[in-house]
Parts: sequence; structure tokens; C-alpha cells
Amino acid sequence: MSISRDEVAKLAHLARLDLQADELDHYAEQLDVILASVARVAEVAAADVPATSHPIPMTNVLRPDVPRTSLTSQEALSGAPSAQEGRFRVPRILDTE
Amino acid sequence: MSNEHLTRLSAAELSQVLSSREVSAVEVTRAHLDRIASVDPSVHAFLHIDDEGALASANAVDAKRAAGEALGPLAGVPLALKDVMAMRGVPTTCGSKVLEGWRPPYDATVVSRLRAADVVILGKTNMDEFAMGSSTEHSAYGPTRNPWDLDRIPGGSGGGSAAALAAFEAPLAIGTDTGGSIRQPAAVTGTVGVKPTYGAVSRYGLVALASSLDQAGPCARSVEDAAMLHAVIAGYDPLDSTSINEPVPSVLEAARRGDVRGLKIGLVKELSGEGYQAGVTQRFNEAVEILTGLGAEVVEVSCPHFDYALAAYYLILPSEASSNLARFDGMRFGLREGDDGDNGVEQVMSLTREAGFGAEVKRRIMIGTYALSSGYYDAYYGQAQKVRTLIQRDFAAAFEKVDLLASPTAPTTAFRIGDKVDDPLAMYLNDVATIPVNLAGNCAMSLPIGLAPEDSLPVGLQFMAPAKADDRLYNAGAALEAALKDRWGHLLIEEAPAL
Repeated sequence: MSISRDEVAKLAHLARLDLQADELDHYAEQLDVILASVARVAEVAAADVPATSHPIPMTNVLRPDVPRTSLTSQEALSGAPSAQEGRFRVPRILDTE
Repeated sequence: MSNEHLTRLSAAELSQVLSSREVSAVEVTRAHLDRIASVDPSVHAFLHIDDEGALASANAVDAKRAAGEALGPLAGVPLALKDVMAMRGVPTTCGSKVLEGWRPPYDATVVSRLRAADVVILGKTNMDEFAMGSSTEHSAYGPTRNPWDLDRIPGGSGGGSAAALAAFEAPLAIGTDTGGSIRQPAAVTGTVGVKPTYGAVSRYGLVALASSLDQAGPCARSVEDAAMLHAVIAGYDPLDSTSINEPVPSVLEAARRGDVRGLKIGLVKELSGEGYQAGVTQRFNEAVEILTGLGAEVVEVSCPHFDYALAAYYLILPSEASSNLARFDGMRFGLREGDDGDNGVEQVMSLTREAGFGAEVKRRIMIGTYALSSGYYDAYYGQAQKVRTLIQRDFAAAFEKVDLLASPTAPTTAFRIGDKVDDPLAMYLNDVATIPVNLAGNCAMSLPIGLAPEDSLPVGLQFMAPAKADDRLYNAGAALEAALKDRWGHLLIEEAPAL
């Protein structure tokens, strides 16, 4: 198993990280070593072993659907990098042709 | 009482002198703020010091006491809060540039409980960025230094909280433990740290790293102090769907009992030997002899799958983290980069995350993205979750035979700043003994057991108990602490440099 620079670039895209060229080289090397080391989980985990996703078993934790006070829109927007007319202002979401 | 004297007192002692009105909460708070002003420039335990808020809380406590209101035992006792907890109106960065300047509009449940108990929050402590690390070197705001030796790391990710205790800047602190971030800093700073059972302390308002592993807990300089804090922060919270809806184990009573006669303690074979520093092993063996002398029955147990815990953890954690950290996209809070009117939203997100995250965070996001991607999911994430089951079974089998398990908390004492920062695998090994508990969801405590002969730095012992039996940790911890205190004539922390 080996992870290429191109694969790292693809991962970076999926993770929305605008990695620089030197970072791609560096991470390709490091990810290779780390993934080789963690791949040993496959040595012991047999097909008949169930997966554990959560340490303390709980199912369908629900609460009564009762209205309660929430943040005001001003509070919710208080940390926004940009806000306009009581809403989050974001960059354009569609490509302009 | 002098400032110097007030900062040396335990939370239990402060509780007494406050309730007997020998000192006011304002005096206690000022003493600690003065200590912070004097030593924190060299320790750098704090990212934000909330002088104004702390003094206002202290004033309120004094007013309530003067009015004859019944107050809780920790009323007026100062505390340092790890910067991963949301606190209304107070900067919360998680040690990251991506959250620089963010002031949460709400309190974490832990903070609400501390406020309700009239605890005085002094400020926010330094940490590895988003709690990823074992040295606090991955903080975007510079490392915290170990009060025992300023050239060394204070552990991580909660190095700031542990260092604040060891530097006598605060008698209590809050940490969070995803793979050892409370216990390993406690071990290397000569302090006490507890990772409660998963779900025992609410995660509401705790910025998520790995949701199935994260657990907040108490940090202190003594077992009793940790228990007092545990009792305040633990308990059911409807705002956290993973919160345990059962009574909190009687940790304070256990900490005041401290009796190991007849208890069976298992030493985990896989958490010893190769990779453990000689002085760590020596002090551990001595502590085990003390426990035997106190009447505990000590046996060796094997947990064969612990050898795979580190590998499983470094798949599960990055997978959950890569998903959790998707929220830092520069749209609703925190940093936004490249919003020049031309760039589209995805470009702005990528530029923001590239600028806002440090190297270790990016590394783990990419490992997680890889482990969850189609074609690799079964081989990595799926297999790691099976290992998690095997580790739970190892614990269950061990707890059939013994009441508690014990091991060194960390394989080495504090290493030098810079030694491991560019070697992720070497860094990850610091957590080899603490990780199994996070994967299985049960609870553990680290407490100081002496200084390693070769470097005169603190060594920690870890007790591990079954889920929801957190009181067992406090009982055994108190017994061992008392025996060591008898031997030394004081707690180990009293030997920390004056600074």
C-alpha cells in the first residue's frame, strides 16, 4: 500500500483544504507511514466480531418536543464573518458562466 | 492570609476558609490572578484571562454569603477552563486560528453547572489545536511549558489546565479526554486527572473532536479536590443525547474513604515493559507494593487486544474528527479567507481551512477522509470499530476477575519541547496506555506516584474502573495518595519549583 501525491491532492479537495505544493509532498510521505501503521487493525478483527460505534449502548434517545428559548438571530449571527439583513452572508454558491 | 498562602491551598481547604469567612472570594480570586500575572508569562497556561468576569463572580459569591444564602462547597473557589468549552461572551479558540476572536453566544453545560455552583472561572487554558496532540505544542498560540522544567512539555492536549494547577495558578481545572488529554498531562505535571465514564459529564458546548470518545472531567492537585469538582460537573443533561440518565456514583464519599483492603487490582501486562522508561516502571512497581501493603490483592491480567488500541484509535479519531471539523468552513463563525467577490463558496471554504488549521489538524482530517472514503471504509474504519469491540471484551473479562486495573499513565516523563513535534507516530505513542479506556467508554484516573530517578520529573499511575464505577477510582486513588503523603510528608506537587 502506498499513497501518492495525487491521492493526497484528491483527499485535500474532498476535505476542502487548499494545500500548497510543499504540503502535498510532506503529507504524502507522512500519511503513508501513518496508514501503514494503523492498517494492523485488520490482523485481529474477524468477520464474526460486531463493530462498536458507541461505547455505552443507547438507542433512540428522544426528548419531549417542548418549545424552549433559543438564541436570538442577533446572537446567532454574533460570530459570523459576514452578515446582512439578519442573515449569514456567504460567497456565491453557483459558478458564473 | 497572604496571597502566596492562598494559592497553595487545595480546593477543599479554600472551601473551608471561604465558608468560615476567614477570607473573601474576592481575596482568593485576586491572589490567583496575581499569581497568574506573575508566572504565566513563563508558563503560558492561559490563552485568555478573564479578570473582570472572575472578580464579578467572586463579588457575587461574597454578596450571597453576606446575605446568608446557602452556598455549595466550591462557591468562590477559582478554576481554569480548557479553551475547548464554550463560555458565553468569553473568547473560545480551541487553540486554533480558525476560531480566533470567536465569543460563543451560549454556555456549555459544564460551564452552567460551574456557574450554578458559584465556582469562579479565571480564564481559558491552552491546548493542542482542537485537542489533537500530547504536548500542547500544536496550539496555534504557542506551547505551554511544564512548571517542573520550563523546557519540557506539560502533556496534551490539556497541557494548559495541568500546568495551571502545577504552577499554583488555579486549584481546579476542567480538561477533556479523548485519548488521554486529561490523564497524560496530569501524569507529567504531578497532578490528578480523571476521565469519567463516557456520558457521565455532558458534552453540550464542548467543541467536538471525536464524539464517541470525548469526555470532560476534573483536574486537580489532590484526589479529594478532583472528587469535589467531579460531583459538580457530572450528571444527566437532556441537551446531550449520549448523557447517562442515572445517579452520579458517590465519588466524594469514595475519595474520603480511601480503603483498598480486600480490593483486587489487576496489572495490565500489555501496558508495561518495552517502551516504558525505567524510572516510570520503577515508581510504578513501588506504588504497587504500597497498594499490596495497604491490603489490596494484586494480580497480573492480560488484555491482548490493547496492543491494537493505538491503531484503532488513530482511525476512529481522525474519521470522527474529519466529519466534526467540517463545520469550520468560514460561513457562520470564525475565520473567513479569500472572500474577494470573485471566489465561490467552495474556494473560500478551502482557503479558510487551509489558513485556519495547523499541520496536525490537517494531517488528521486527511487520514479521516481517507479512512472513510469508498473502497477503504471497510478495511480501515470498519475494522477499527471491530477492534473496539475486542477491547471492550478484554476489559469485561478483566473486570470479571478484578475490581480495578492499573498501569503507568504515560510511558515516559515529560519530554523536551520540540523533540517529537515533527514525528506524529512517536507523538501518538504517548497515549498508548490511556487510549483503551476511551475506546471502551469506561473511566480512569491518573495520580502522581513520585519523580523518576533519572530526570526528577513526575510519574503518574493510572487506575481504570468499569463504566459507571467512577467511585472506585477515587477510593483507590485516595488510599494510594494518603500512603504516599505519609511517606513524603506532603503531596508530590509541593516539590514543584517555585517559579
